[in-house]
Amino acid sequence: MLIKKPHDIKPSEITDESHYLNRRALLQSAGLMAGGLLLPSLFNPQTAEASVALDSYPNLKASAFSTDEKITTYDNATSYCNFYEFGTGKSDPSQYASKVKPKGWEVTVAGACDKPGQYTLEDILKPHALEERIYRLRCVEAWSMVVPWVGFPLVDLLKRFQPHSRAKYVRFETLYDPNLMPGQKRNVLDWPYVEGLRIDEATHPLALVVIGMYGKQLPMQNGAPLRLVLPWKYGFKSIKSIVKIEFVEKPPRTSWNLSAPREYGFYANVNPAVSHPRWSQSRERRLGSWGKQKTLPFNGYAEQVAHLYKGMDLKKQF
Amino acid sequence: MPAFLIKSVVFLLCLSPAVWLAWQAFNDQLGANPVEVLTHQSGLWTLRFLLLTLAITPLRTLSGWRYPGRLRRMFGLYTFFYALLHFLIYLALDRALFFDDIWQDIAERPYIMIGFTTFLMLLPLAITSNNRSMKRLGKRWKQLHRLVYLCGLGGVLHYLWLVKADLLNPAIYLTIFLLLMLLRIKPITTWLTFRRPSLFSH
Repeated sequence: MLIKKPHDIKPSEITDESHYLNRRALLQSAGLMAGGLLLPSLFNPQTAEASVALDSYPNLKASAFSTDEKITTYDNATSYCNFYEFGTGKSDPSQYASKVKPKGWEVTVAGACDKPGQYTLEDILKPHALEERIYRLRCVEAWSMVVPWVGFPLVDLLKRFQPHSRAKYVRFETLYDPNLMPGQKRNVLDWPYVEGLRIDEATHPLALVVIGMYGKQLPMQNGAPLRLVLPWKYGFKSIKSIVKIEFVEKPPRTSWNLSAPREYGFYANVNPAVSHPRWSQSRERRLGSWGKQKTLPFNGYAEQVAHLYKGMDLKKQF
Repeated sequence: MPAFLIKSVVFLLCLSPAVWLAWQAFNDQLGANPVEVLTHQSGLWTLRFLLLTLAITPLRTLSGWRYPGRLRRMFGLYTFFYALLHFLIYLALDRALFFDDIWQDIAERPYIMIGFTTFLMLLPLAITSNNRSMKRLGKRWKQLHRLVYLCGLGGVLHYLWLVKADLLNPAIYLTIFLLLMLLRIKPITTWLTFRRPSLFSH
C-alpha cells in the first residue's frame, strides 16, 4: 500500500519538533516527580498508591505527526478515564485497575487473512520500532487531552497477518474477564467491548497501536497492554486492552453503536458540525482547564484523513 | 437547645457542601475536569435537598414527629439555592456563556429542557416562600406550592435522561422520589400507621 506523507508538515518543523520533545520529556518527568512529592495521598489515593511498577521506554523515535500543544498532566490522563470495564465513574478505572497487571497476554488473529492464530504479546510487539506520538484525543463527552503515546503504526501490524482483499473491515475486541474487570459484572454495555474500522482507516498512518504513554508502559486503566489510538475519531473508537483482531467483510457491530445507534455512529469522526443528542460538539474542554476551545473537524487531522470520507454525507454517516 | 441555635446549625450544615466544593475548586482539588464535578455535584445536592424537603410530610404522618416541619422552608430554599448554583455553573462554566450552545441545548436536548423548566418552576416557589406571600396568597399559596411535586419529578427525569448507559444512580433517586410520593397517599399511610403505632405520639 502506498502511504503518502502528509503535506502540511515541513521538514523544518520535524527537527524543531524532536528538540522540543526532549525538552518536554525532561520537564514532564521533573514535574511528575515534584507533583509526587508535594501531593500527599489525601485527595488522590488511587494514583498515589499505584502499586504496579511500570517499565519505561527510553530512546523513542519522535514523530512528524506530533502536536506541540501543551501536554495534559500524567495524573489527569491516568486518573480521569472512560473504561466501563472497570466501572462507569471517571475515577473507577484508576481505582480498580491500577493494581492489575496483565500477565501472559495473548491476541487472537482471525478472519480473512493468511496468518490467523494465537499470538503472544511478545510476538505482536517484537518486530516494531517504538515511537512517541503526541496526539490530541477528543472524547465524545466534549472533553479532550493531549497525550504522548508510545507505539507503532497499526498498518505495520496488520500487514504481518497478510489480510485478503475481501477483508474490508477490521474488528477489535477487548478482554472479557469479570474477575479482572469488575465493571463487566454489570450489563452496562454488551460485553465484550467491540470496535471496528474500515480497512483504509485501519491502515492509515495516523492509526496507532499503543503500548505506552509518557515514555512508560500503559497503566491498566488506560488500556494496557495493547490498545488503539485513532486521533481523528471520538475516544470510544480507540479500543483498549485488545485480545482479538479479526478481518471481516461487513462492518462489525460496535458496542456503543449497539447501545445507542442514534448517538454513536460507526465512523464517529470528530465533527463539530454534527451535534450529539447529549452534548454540543462545537467546543471542548481540555482536561485540567476551566475554559473551552473550538473543536476542529477530524480533531484537527482533516488534512491527513478527510480524503478517506470523500463523497460521504458525514451528517448521516456520523 | 434553643430553636435559633438548632436552626443555625442546620443552616450551616446545609451550606457546607457548597463551601466544601468552593474550597476544593480554589485549591485545585477537583481533579482533571473540575467543571464537570461542580456541575454534577451542585445538581446532586439540588436533588438531595428536594427529596429532603419532600420527606418532611411523610415523616410527620408516619412518626407524628412535628419538629422537622419547621425546617422545611429552609430545606426548600436550599433546594433553590443549589438549583441556582447548578444553573449558573452550567451557564458560566460548563457552557462558558456561549449562548449559541445554550439555545441549542435547551431546544434540542430533552434533559436540558426538563432541567431548565424545573428551575423555572422552582423560581415562584422560592419567591413566595416568605410569610407575607403566604398571607397574601391564602389558599392559592398551597395550590401554587404543589408545584414542588412536579419539580421533584422534573429533577429526577433530568438526571435519568442525561446519563449515558449506567442508570443505577438516577434510578435510586427515582425510587426514593416515588416512595415519598406513595407515602402521601392516605390509604397507604393509614395502613402503615395502624400496623406500627407512632413512636413520637403525644
